[in-house]
Amino acid sequence: MSGTAAQVSRVSGPLVEVTGLTGIAMSQIVQVGEHRLPGEVVAINGGTATVQAYEYTGGVAPGDEAVSLGEQLSGRLGPHLLGAVFDGLLRPLAGAPAWLDPAASSLPSSGQDLAWAFTPSAREGDHLGPGAALGAVSAPGGVRYLVLVPPDASGQVRRLRPAGQVTGQDVIAVVGGTQVPLVSSWPVRQRRPVARRLGPDAPLQTGQRVIDVLFPVTRGGTSAVPGGFGTGKTVLLQQITKWCDADVIVYVGCGERGNELAEMLTELAGLTDPRTGGRLAGRTVIIANTSNMPMMAREASIYSAAAVAEHFRDMGLHVVVVADSTSRWAEALREFSSRNGEMPAEEGYPASLASALAAFYERAGRFTTLGGQEGSITIIGAVSPAGGDMTEPVTSYTQRFVRSLWTLDRDLAYARHYPAVSWAGSFARDAGLIAGWHARNGDPGWAARRASLTALLAEADRAGELAELMGASALPPRQRIAILAGRLVREGVLQQSALSQADAYCDQARAAALADAVLAVSGRCLELAGLGVPADQLEDHDFSPLLRAKEDAPSAGRVREIADAVLAELREKPITAPGQREPGHD
Amino acid sequence: MTETAGGGWARPEFTAVEQLRGPLLIARGVKGVGWDEFASIRLGAGELRHGLVLEVNGDLAVIQVLEGTAGMDPNDTSIEFAGSPLRIAVGPQWLGRVCSGRGEPRDGGPPVTGELTMPVAGFPVNPALRLPPAEPVLTGISVIDELTTLVRGQKLPIFSVAGLPHLELAGQIAAQASAQGEPFSVVFAAMGLTHADAAVIRAILEERSAAGDLVLFINLADDPVIERILTPRLALTVAEHLAFTLGRHALVVMADMTSYCEALREVSMARGELPARRAYPGYLYSDLASLYERCGRIEGLPGSLTMVPALTMPSGDITHPVPDLTGYITEGQLVLSADLHARGIYPPVDALSSLSRLMRHGAGPGRTRDDHLDVAAQTLAALAAARRARELSELIGSAALGDSDRRAIRFEQAFETTLMNQGPAESRTLAETLRLAWQVLGVLPRRDLTMISASAVDRYYP
Ligand SMILES: Nc1ncnc2c1ncn2[C@@H]1O[C@H](COP(=O)(O)OP(=O)(O)O)[C@@H](O)[C@H]1O
Ligand SMILES: [Mg+2]
Repeated sequence: MSGTAAQVSRVSGPLVEVTGLTGIAMSQIVQVGEHRLPGEVVAINGGTATVQAYEYTGGVAPGDEAVSLGEQLSGRLGPHLLGAVFDGLLRPLAGAPAWLDPAASSLPSSGQDLAWAFTPSAREGDHLGPGAALGAVSAPGGVRYLVLVPPDASGQVRRLRPAGQVTGQDVIAVVGGTQVPLVSSWPVRQRRPVARRLGPDAPLQTGQRVIDVLFPVTRGGTSAVPGGFGTGKTVLLQQITKWCDADVIVYVGCGERGNELAEMLTELAGLTDPRTGGRLAGRTVIIANTSNMPMMAREASIYSAAAVAEHFRDMGLHVVVVADSTSRWAEALREFSSRNGEMPAEEGYPASLASALAAFYERAGRFTTLGGQEGSITIIGAVSPAGGDMTEPVTSYTQRFVRSLWTLDRDLAYARHYPAVSWAGSFARDAGLIAGWHARNGDPGWAARRASLTALLAEADRAGELAELMGASALPPRQRIAILAGRLVREGVLQQSALSQADAYCDQARAAALADAVLAVSGRCLELAGLGVPADQLEDHDFSPLLRAKEDAPSAGRVREIADAVLAELREKPITAPGQREPGHD
Repeated sequence: MTETAGGGWARPEFTAVEQLRGPLLIARGVKGVGWDEFASIRLGAGELRHGLVLEVNGDLAVIQVLEGTAGMDPNDTSIEFAGSPLRIAVGPQWLGRVCSGRGEPRDGGPPVTGELTMPVAGFPVNPALRLPPAEPVLTGISVIDELTTLVRGQKLPIFSVAGLPHLELAGQIAAQASAQGEPFSVVFAAMGLTHADAAVIRAILEERSAAGDLVLFINLADDPVIERILTPRLALTVAEHLAFTLGRHALVVMADMTSYCEALREVSMARGELPARRAYPGYLYSDLASLYERCGRIEGLPGSLTMVPALTMPSGDITHPVPDLTGYITEGQLVLSADLHARGIYPPVDALSSLSRLMRHGAGPGRTRDDHLDVAAQTLAALAAARRARELSELIGSAALGDSDRRAIRFEQAFETTLMNQGPAESRTLAETLRLAWQVLGVLPRRDLTMISASAVDRYYP
C-alpha cells in the first residue's frame, strides 16, 4: 500500500470530504475511518478531495484517518466468477456473513483458494501478442475459459505452467517480462481494449417468442425494458438469463429485491443448460446489490458487470449483461450529485445522466478481440419509470440509445398477458439485418412473418377500438375477423408463461411454426368470411387446440399437424345460413 | 430506553448551538462526532430530547431533533453524543409491551432495557444467504388466505385511501396471523395515528398483547413528526432479533407508511435537499427499501420476518411516490376498494388488483392444500369474467346478457357476500376458507371449472 495519511473533514451519508491527501488523482480509491471503508475520489478542489463511499458511513467523523490506495476502483477477474455471487465491487458474497456489517468483517477476497485444471495451449519460447491464448482452465457450465496475455503485455513466453491444478493465486506464465496471473485485477470503469468494433450480424436467440419473432436484438446489441412495477421486467430478464443462447451471462441485481435474487439462484442451480449439458448456474455471474445494500456500490455495480463481460468477451465468447434495474443506478447518480451540490437537470438527475447512460450501453457490441477472435457483449437493461411515466428522464434517454425496446404495458400485465411486451410501443432497429441472417440460415419467411403479425395486431387494435365504440356485432365481417385473428396471435403466439414446464423456453423453429399456424388459420378465416361464412360462426369455432399448441406441441412438426387439423375443420365449415350451427363446435 | 445504548461512550456535553431551523439543530465546537451518531439534548428546563446526526463538517454537526426544536433556546441547550449510531435493547422483554414511537413505555410499565443492544438502522442481509420464501402465514382472513396468501419472509403492503378500514384490516392481520403452530410474534408500528385510531388499534391488539405475543409501538399524530422516522426501525430491530436469534416467525405490521414518508419529506425539506417527485427526497426508494428489505428468511438461521405495511394513497393515486415506490420494492399488494366498502363489505379487498407475488411458493401442495392454487386461479378467472360481464351490461344493458355472463355476475355476488365478507374479529381456518371458496364455485357449472383437477372437483364440488 503506497499510502499517504490524511483526514476526514466532512461526512454527509456517502459523501465524505478528505483533506491532506497528496498526489491524489480522480477516480482513485481512498479508505476512510477506523474500519477503512472504501470510497472513490469524485472531485478535487484545492486540498480537499470529495469521496463517494461504498459502505454505510455511520460513525465516521471529522478527524478520522483517510488513506489513499493509489489505485482505481478495480475488480478481480478470473474463473472464480462463473457460478458465483458478488457484491457491487465484485467481492464474493458466498463466504460472507448473513449480515453485511462493514465494521465487523471484511469480505473474503476473491478467488484465491479455488482450484481448476489448467491445460496450456501455447509453448515456452512462443512469441505472443496481447490477448493471445496461453491455455485453458476447466470452468463450470462448460464455458471455454481461456487464460490470455494481458492487453499491456507481449513478447516471448518465458515460463508457462504445465498441465495441472492451478489456484487463484498462481502465476500462469511470464510473457515478455510480465507475470500473467490466473486472477487479475482491472479498473472497472475503463473499457478493456479490443482490436476492432464490428457491425451486428446475428440475432441473440432469447427463447421468448415475442422477442425472437417480433422485436429481436442482435448479439452485441442493446435493449431496454421499461415498465411499471409488476409488469414483468424481472421475470422477462430472468427468462433471458436462463435460456438465451449466450456463452456467459452477467446478471446485475442493481437496487432490486433480495428474495427474487434468492429465487433465481435456487432455480439456476437446478437447471441444466440444453446446449452444453452443464448447470445453467455455471455460465452465470451474479452481481447482487439489492436495494438495501449501500447505494453507491449500486453505482459501481454496473461498471463491474461491464468489466466482467469484457473479460469473457476477450476470450472470444458471446456475453449478455442483464441489468435490473438501470433506474436504480441512475438514482444513485442523482443521490450523489445532489449531495455534492451539483446543478440538477431534469427531475433532479445530473446533467451528465444522458451521457452516462449512453456510455454504459456503448460497452455493448461485436468485436474482434486483441487475440483476433470474435466476441460480443449484449446489454439488456430494465428501466423502472416513476409512476409508470414513460416520459421521465431515464426512460426517455434510454430509448434513444438502445437498438431494441421492449416496453411493458400495464394493461397487458393486468390482463395476465405475459410477457406484457406492447407491440405498439416496442421496436427492433436491427430487424432488417436479422431478417437477412434468418434468410441465410434457412428461414427466408422470417421478415414476411413478422410483417404479417405486426399488421394483424395493428388491425386488431383498430377494430377493437371501433368495437368498444359501437359493439362488436355492428362491425363488418372483415374487422370482426381481425379482432379474432388478433386474439389468436396474442394467445397462441405472444403469451408465454414463465411458469410453464413446456413453454418457458421456445426455440426458433417452434416459434416460427406457431406463428405460421396462427397466420394460416387467420388467413383461412378471412377467406371464409369473404365467401360468406358468418363471422359469429367463425368466432364460435373452437380454436383451443391451436391456442394450446404452445403447451401441447413439443416440436415444430407437431405444431404443423395441429394447424393442419384446425385448417381441415375450417375447410369443412359449410357456408351455411346464420343460426344453423354445427354441434360440438361451440 | 434509547439512552442506555452507547451510554458507556458518552462524550462531554456541548452547549454551543449555532442555529435552530425547523427540526434541525446545528452545533458548533464538536469533536470526533460521527455521521448518523445518536445525541441526547438537554433543555434548560431539564427536558430531554433526542437527535440523529445528519451531517458533520469540521466542528459543526447538523442534528435532526426527533421531538422538534419548539421551545429550544440556543443559549440554554446542551448536547451529549452517544459515540455510535442509535442502538436499542433487543430481546423477549419487549413482548407484551406498548411503547411510544421512540420505544418509551406507554403502558405504565418500566422502561424496556437489556444487555443486548442492536443498531436500529440494521445491516443489509447478504443476498447470497437468503432463502426463497416458501411457507404460508395464515391471516384467518378468507379473501387474503385464498387469493393472495401471505408467505413467510414476504413483504405485502395494503394500498388504501382515506376513509377505508385499512387500519382495522392491518390490526386484524396482526391480531390473527399464525404460522401453522410454530412460534409466532407480532410487532406493530403505528405512525401518525390519531388518538381515536390508536385506541381502536390497542383494543384490537389487546388480547394478543396480553398473551405476550405482540409488541406495539405507537407514534401518535400529535407526537413529534420526526420520531416517526425512528418508529419502523425500532420495530424492525426488535423483530429481527425475535426472528433470527430467537427463532420465531415475526410479523411486522406498519401503518401508516404515508405518514412516515411525509416525516422523511419534512426533514429533507428542512435540510434544503433537492426535492424529487412531489417534493419527496430522491432517496425515498432506497430509504423505503432499507425498511422493507429487512424481511426474509436466512440460510442457517431459524425464524422468518414477514411484513405488512399499510399506506393511504393520497387522492387514491397509485402513481403517487409512496405507493409507487412501495410497489417497486414489495412482493405484491392488497388493494382496498371504496366501492366494496360503500356496499358494506368488509374487508373491501379488490381481488383483481391485488396480488401476492410469492403465493405460488407458499400455497398449494405440501404448503396449504393441494387444490388451493387451482381454486384461487379459477376464482380469479371467474371474477375477471364477472367484471367483463358487468362492463358489457353497462354498455348494452343487463337484459342482453347471455347465460354465462349472468352466471359470472352471480358468482361475483356470492364471492363478495359469502367468502370476502367477514367479521372484523372473525378468524377463519384455511379449511373453512376453502370450504367457502368451493361453496362459491358451486354457482358455476362443473364443466366451467377447467382450471381445477377432476379429482379435486369430484372431491369438493358442492
Ligand atoms: N412471463 C411470465 N409468465 C408468468 N407470470 C409472469 C410473467 N411475467 C410476469 N409474471 C407475473 O407478474 C409478476 C410480476 O413480475 P415481475 O417481473 O416481478 O415485475 P417487475 O419486475 O416489472 O416489477 C410475477 O410475480 C408473475 O406473477
Ligand atoms: Mg422487478
